[in-house]
Amino acid sequence: MPRVIPPTPDTDDRYFWDGVAEHRLLLQQCASCATLRHPPVPMCGVCLSTDWTTQAAAGTGTVHSWVVSVHPAAPTEPGRIVALVELTEGLRFVANLVDVEIADVRNEMSVELCFREVDDVLLPQFRPTDLAGGA
Amino acid sequence: MPVAGSAIIAGIGQTEFSKDSGRSELQLAAEAARAAIADAGMTPADIDGMVTFTLDTNDELLMMRSLGIPEVRYWSRTPHGGAGAHSTILHAALAVAGGAANAVLVWRAFNERSGRRFGQPNAQTTPPGWNWYLPFGLDTPAKMYSLGFQRYMYKYGLTNADFGLYPVVARRNAATNPNAWFYNRPITLEDHQESRWIVEPILRLLDCCQESDGGVALVVTRADRAQDLPQRGVTIAAASDAHLVGGNVMFNYYHGDLGEFPETKALAGHLYEQAGITPADVDAAMIYENFTPVVFLQLEALGFCGPGEARDFIAEGNIDLDGSLPVNPHGGLLGEAYIHGMNNILEGVRQIRGTAANQIADAEHVMVAGGRSGLILRPA
Repeated sequence: MPRVIPPTPDTDDRYFWDGVAEHRLLLQQCASCATLRHPPVPMCGVCLSTDWTTQAAAGTGTVHSWVVSVHPAAPTEPGRIVALVELTEGLRFVANLVDVEIADVRNEMSVELCFREVDDVLLPQFRPTDLAGGA
Repeated sequence: MPVAGSAIIAGIGQTEFSKDSGRSELQLAAEAARAAIADAGMTPADIDGMVTFTLDTNDELLMMRSLGIPEVRYWSRTPHGGAGAHSTILHAALAVAGGAANAVLVWRAFNERSGRRFGQPNAQTTPPGWNWYLPFGLDTPAKMYSLGFQRYMYKYGLTNADFGLYPVVARRNAATNPNAWFYNRPITLEDHQESRWIVEPILRLLDCCQESDGGVALVVTRADRAQDLPQRGVTIAAASDAHLVGGNVMFNYYHGDLGEFPETKALAGHLYEQAGITPADVDAAMIYENFTPVVFLQLEALGFCGPGEARDFIAEGNIDLDGSLPVNPHGGLLGEAYIHGMNNILEGVRQIRGTAANQIADAEHVMVAGGRSGLILRPA
């Protein structure tokens, strides 16, 4: 069983996965009032505009919360660390932590964006900032 | 017309709770409904309204044929699974209070163990929302909820052993409830700590609700009919939903403080105001628990203890059968069965009637809450 369930982009989130293909983490931004939003919705809940653009995230943030995901069909395989990352832009984004042992994960630790192929699926991932320059 | 006080729960019914019912979900729903209608002293011809979950597989028209209900004037469904469990009663109460129906049948029935198991990983994403989570390994409800629970643990310095305090109480209650799957099978904190990790370091097996086959049903009618009924009527003293912008049922990661449950806090305000009571007036609480940490978050959000105090509140025995606020005397979704939260409402009714297996003395106000929807029940 593959570890990664591939995304199936649709009208409202295709921009994001197109950005991933270019190694960019794109945040939806209202073209009228500049509010950033994630997960995306087609209308701005602040000003009701349907015009939007994207802004590439700086790629820095902190670990707000985290868990270890072990697939029940493969209980002995090492789990993937899933983190809720608080981006510098103030939005939260779910991704995986890489280049860190489970025992070393801490809430509030600084992380930075990287892109990795996992089971042939290119995904945005985060690694400890201290390891900058690694992959 | 205000919903509070204008409708009663007149009848309750259920099938046995099992792991393999051996019959269709439609049959489970019909059997539970038949029992609830009889319990209300009614016949199927008295039913003219229907409410169930959007997730329920049973078609209203097939239920009408199965039960011989000649005509229905009102029906509706509530979204988001167990988060909307108590909304079904709100819908039914509004229908009878507003004159859209005289007697509303509410049900939920499924083969959630022998059929489709909610706890198993998703196989593929279903846009729009799931692309943000499934590719990263958040593929089961236990993992999805745990990503929020971890922040609660971090905020208050809790460990999984602290969460284990609740399952010990729930299983102790189930052990003396013949209706519970875990009847006669209590656990210790050691048992809890020896059960395998489901989501490290948050949830062990014994923190998770059961997977169950079964059906439950209720009949809601107008409060002025209470005197005509064979059973003691149970007044719906309060019923409300509470949903906040930016919220998410499975992935509620985007509100300010994940150490709180803001939807439940809003819900509590609505319920206490409608019923005209305070948390101190609540004699027992049925609290939806797919996973143990939601009991902690809800005890705090419902005002039974302060922020971060749930661990000590439980440890000090407050939620025990002889405590200040007995919680889930039937054993809850961990101990009795997981009928998507609806069996908790049946227990609330039994506590008010005085017919529960683990009866709380003189229960005048019973809270039945599930995160984003809830009820306060009292004797008619």
